[in-house]
Amino acid sequence: MTAATELVHTSQGRSAIEAMVQEYLTFTLGEEEYGVDILKVQEIRGYDTITRMPDAPDFIKGVINLRGTIVPVVDMRIKFKLGKVVYDEFTVMIILNLGRRVVGMVVDGVSDVMQLNPDQIRPAPEFGGGVNTKYITGLGALEQRMLILVDIEKLMSATDMQLMDVQAQALQ
Amino acid sequence: MTLDLSRFHQTFFDESFEGLDTMEAALLQLDPAAVDAETINTIFRAAHSIKGGSGTFGFTAVASFTHLLETLLDQMRSGKRVITAGNVDLLLKSSDAVRELLHAAKEARQANVELIAHHQQALEAALATDGSAAAVAEAEPTPEVADGWRIRFLPQPSLFRSGNEPMRILRELASLGPLSAEPVLDASLTLVDSLPEDAHLGWQLTLAAPVNEAVVREVFSWVEDECTLVIESIKAVAEAPPGKPQLTVIEGGKGRALPDDRRSSDRRSGERRGDAAAPANGVAAAGGGGSIRVPTEKIDLLINLVGELVITQAMLAQQAGVLDPTLCEKLLAGLGQLDRNTRQLQESVMSIRMLPMDFVFSRFPRLVHDLAAKLGKQIRLDTIGADTELDKSVIEKIADPLTHLVRNSLDHGIESAEERIAAGKPAEGSITLKAGHRGGNIVIEIIDDGRGLNRERILAKARSNGLDVSDSMSDSDVNQLIFAPGFSTAEVVTDVSGRGVGMDVVKKNIHALNGQVDLASKPGKGTHITIRLPLTLAILDGMSIAVGNEVFIVPLASVVESLQARREDVHTVGGAGRVVRVRNEMVPLMALHDLVQLPVTSAPEHNLFILIESEGRKLALAVDELLGQQQVVVKSLESNYRRVPYMSGATILGDGRVALILDAAELVRRTAPALAA
Repeated sequence: MTAATELVHTSQGRSAIEAMVQEYLTFTLGEEEYGVDILKVQEIRGYDTITRMPDAPDFIKGVINLRGTIVPVVDMRIKFKLGKVVYDEFTVMIILNLGRRVVGMVVDGVSDVMQLNPDQIRPAPEFGGGVNTKYITGLGALEQRMLILVDIEKLMSATDMQLMDVQAQALQ
Repeated sequence: MTLDLSRFHQTFFDESFEGLDTMEAALLQLDPAAVDAETINTIFRAAHSIKGGSGTFGFTAVASFTHLLETLLDQMRSGKRVITAGNVDLLLKSSDAVRELLHAAKEARQANVELIAHHQQALEAALATDGSAAAVAEAEPTPEVADGWRIRFLPQPSLFRSGNEPMRILRELASLGPLSAEPVLDASLTLVDSLPEDAHLGWQLTLAAPVNEAVVREVFSWVEDECTLVIESIKAVAEAPPGKPQLTVIEGGKGRALPDDRRSSDRRSGERRGDAAAPANGVAAAGGGGSIRVPTEKIDLLINLVGELVITQAMLAQQAGVLDPTLCEKLLAGLGQLDRNTRQLQESVMSIRMLPMDFVFSRFPRLVHDLAAKLGKQIRLDTIGADTELDKSVIEKIADPLTHLVRNSLDHGIESAEERIAAGKPAEGSITLKAGHRGGNIVIEIIDDGRGLNRERILAKARSNGLDVSDSMSDSDVNQLIFAPGFSTAEVVTDVSGRGVGMDVVKKNIHALNGQVDLASKPGKGTHITIRLPLTLAILDGMSIAVGNEVFIVPLASVVESLQARREDVHTVGGAGRVVRVRNEMVPLMALHDLVQLPVTSAPEHNLFILIESEGRKLALAVDELLGQQQVVVKSLESNYRRVPYMSGATILGDGRVALILDAAELVRRTAPALAA
């Protein structure tokens, strides 16, 4: 993303800027607003019957049946220690399609789809010791809001998510 | 032995045409300037499979032609023959000829004889030229070719009792060329002293086909010693005498109704009329049962959609429960109808993909019978677990490797009767085919009691093939060598096996299914090959049990019993492990709650157990409730998630929830020794 920013600063044509406009699905976790690449989002669902898995960390809620496919569900509120963890009819889950894998993530709420120009994206600040910052690709600045842009594919395949076997990780 | 092989014909043709396509594509890719060994191997394998299949199903014309083709390819593969553009052209034309032969066999019509003969000559000529050494092995001399054959075939009364069927022989003859037959009835026969199971009928046959005498004799090879057989050649007779009646289908007298009688007589009359018979053939082909090949993704999509439908239907039914039956009578009736239809739809959709192992296993009795006769060996074949259901795509892909393995066992594994007796073994060799679910896998085993693998021979062969080997290699590493391409320790290349294609194809095909193949062998005792296939969409018979609010499936095959134990039967061992007394046996006990680390939601009154067994060890699992038995479709947890300890997979229950399937083998392995120690 930083490379893209540089390209724009070396004054490209208008069409090039348009081509770089990316769409993000935004969701909230507690007070924070996050954005993920819309192309990684398969669908949005309500939180329904879930089968708990043995030997799984608390943020992996279990698996669901998504039209015959077994899909693991991660509660991002627990993982990032943000927001109030309640499950009711308003709890939503974003189904992500990450290459060959499908993963569901529970968030506080899905807001909308935003278009961001490269010049609206600021580089992610370096927090010393911050756990999550390596998955943050940038901060999206809108009038009153700030979007935390996440490389969701990288995040979901991280070892500490415990979503895949070690061998599978080596392959990716 | 009246085995109806015709149900496999469609599969054979489909596979063969696919093989031809592969062959053609590879041939077209083949660049004489830069030869890729793998491409030649691909072509060779395709030819080899077609030859093998056509031999099994008795399409001798296809088999013998492909055999020539294969010999030429083998020479190219081993580098004995240089690959030229001319050779490639010849191979392409030959593959067209094979296609023509296959089409002819499929539509049960006469092949274009001129075309075939032309190509056959071209192939033979090519083989005879620079292929010096290897050509000798093949190029069959054809001195006894005549214009046709007059055959007198008088079976002995005991013919049927040895499991032979004259109709099959006649049909096989008819496949060689135009055949006419006249029944010959024993004049001394009276109705009173004739038994229905005796064969009293003989035939005077006229075969108008320019084939070798050996080919004709081959047809009668099973019954040679049970009939009077006179074979005379017909010189310069253009066609079967027109005055003779066509083959009369013998029925009633022997109490046999042959399903394809009509078709075979159609075919014969078709041959008479030559090309004019095309419409008749068309009818026969259309009536020959329809099957279509559909991409499995389409079926998977269908299965998933039906799953959704079932859940939606269940939801509707639940919502409708609160409605007043008098006011909404029609709606409720409609919902009832929907319920029935959905269920039927689900059942039939599920059954599309599943086939019993029998589909593959039932090919083998005939194969073993034929090959055993050909090789002069006595072999008994046992099959176990033929009703194990397997995904269709897996079944299709496992058929070829299994055939190769069984052929290998027959040809190289089992010794001749004399050798066996000398080694103190029963004269009759035994081959066992076994299929079953084990530890979340489908395991297919091929066990023979033959001579086993010869370590020294394998090592010697590996050295001559230029493989990196040493004498200090472990037995299992040495055994693995036979899976290398072009590896065969057989001294004689036979029609059955020995060209060394088998094993590398076997390994390749099994790996393509994400499976493994293991081989254990004891010299003089036999060979035991184990093929392990992962569950893709296999169906499992399971017992559903509840622990708290969660439902688990235990594979029924590993459940011994369920029991309600008295409190005093449960004992602790060393303060930690617990055992339960089951009659006079102390069985390690494990609470499923602890194992799966789920919070206990109900009172742990652990006196309901299910006893599971795997690999000879038992384990009692404490559960809350037994819910019942059901068939479940096994889904992989790994495709989107990771391996979960003690679980072999998951399934989707009728209400749409996911339930985990316990891995009995892993449970027993991890827990039982810990308590025993």
